[in-house]
Amino acid sequence: MTSQTAPVEAQEHHDIRPIRKAAMWVFLGSEAMFFGSMIATFLLYRNNTADGPGSEIFDIPFTSASSFVLLMSSLTMVLAHNAFEKRDGRGTRIWLAATALLGITFLAGQIYEFTEFVDKGLTLSTSSFGSSFYMLTGFHGAHVAIGIVMLLAMFFLSLEGRLHEERGLNVELVGLYWHFVDIVWIVIFTVVYLLQA
Amino acid sequence: MTQTAHRAHPTPAMYWGIALFLAVVTALEVAVPYIPALDPVRVPLLLIMAVIKFGTVVAFFMHLRYDKKLYRTLFLFGVIGAIPLFLVVLLTMHAF
Repeated sequence: MTSQTAPVEAQEHHDIRPIRKAAMWVFLGSEAMFFGSMIATFLLYRNNTADGPGSEIFDIPFTSASSFVLLMSSLTMVLAHNAFEKRDGRGTRIWLAATALLGITFLAGQIYEFTEFVDKGLTLSTSSFGSSFYMLTGFHGAHVAIGIVMLLAMFFLSLEGRLHEERGLNVELVGLYWHFVDIVWIVIFTVVYLLQA
Repeated sequence: MTQTAHRAHPTPAMYWGIALFLAVVTALEVAVPYIPALDPVRVPLLLIMAVIKFGTVVAFFMHLRYDKKLYRTLFLFGVIGAIPLFLVVLLTMHAF
């Protein structure tokens, strides 16, 4: 009896994936508080433009297209996870690369948007509106950039056959992070852009 | 059923369907500010659509609907905790 149960117990003892996943959810919960504070700060200072540009300089059609790109990257991410679970290495790499590409497209759009706003006179130090806007969207962009690095790391690990679910970075945890970046943008897009339009 | 029991995750076809749904909601979101007739309900309408998108991604793409209740609790603690906390701060500072 003992000899039959021991391996199962040992296997359960060494499987730390549920713990890592729980830790990731705790991290994402704390990130929700982090972005919540930034969104609250933006709402507080949204009308404090100090005679500089305000939300009227937002280009809603352009930001809508960027939002759509990021939203679709959540689809490609979940398809990468699905392919990984089916041990489909090629499919995993295709969808990981697609997700990274969509993320890079979103970031490129954000950089373009920032340069446009700076040209129109909105900088980090123009007003409280500018500071809170750039801090919020800039930190979100930094999260996207970190996500892209992790996606590309997994892509190359997969190419070398070193992508394992049991240790290090894994598709599920990076996927959770990526989807979180997407849901934060869902809130930013509504609160910062659409509600101020 | 134990707490660790999982329901089957959606199929790739379902993921595409969910993405289509999200794209349609996004298109509606973008249309709302351009429709003057919707001005009186613009704010609640946009917030409701954002909540729908947020919930759909969390439930289906992040699999929270299918995973352990523990994960849901950990995440919702942060999200639901943040809303009243910052709402109180904003109301205290007369942001609205």
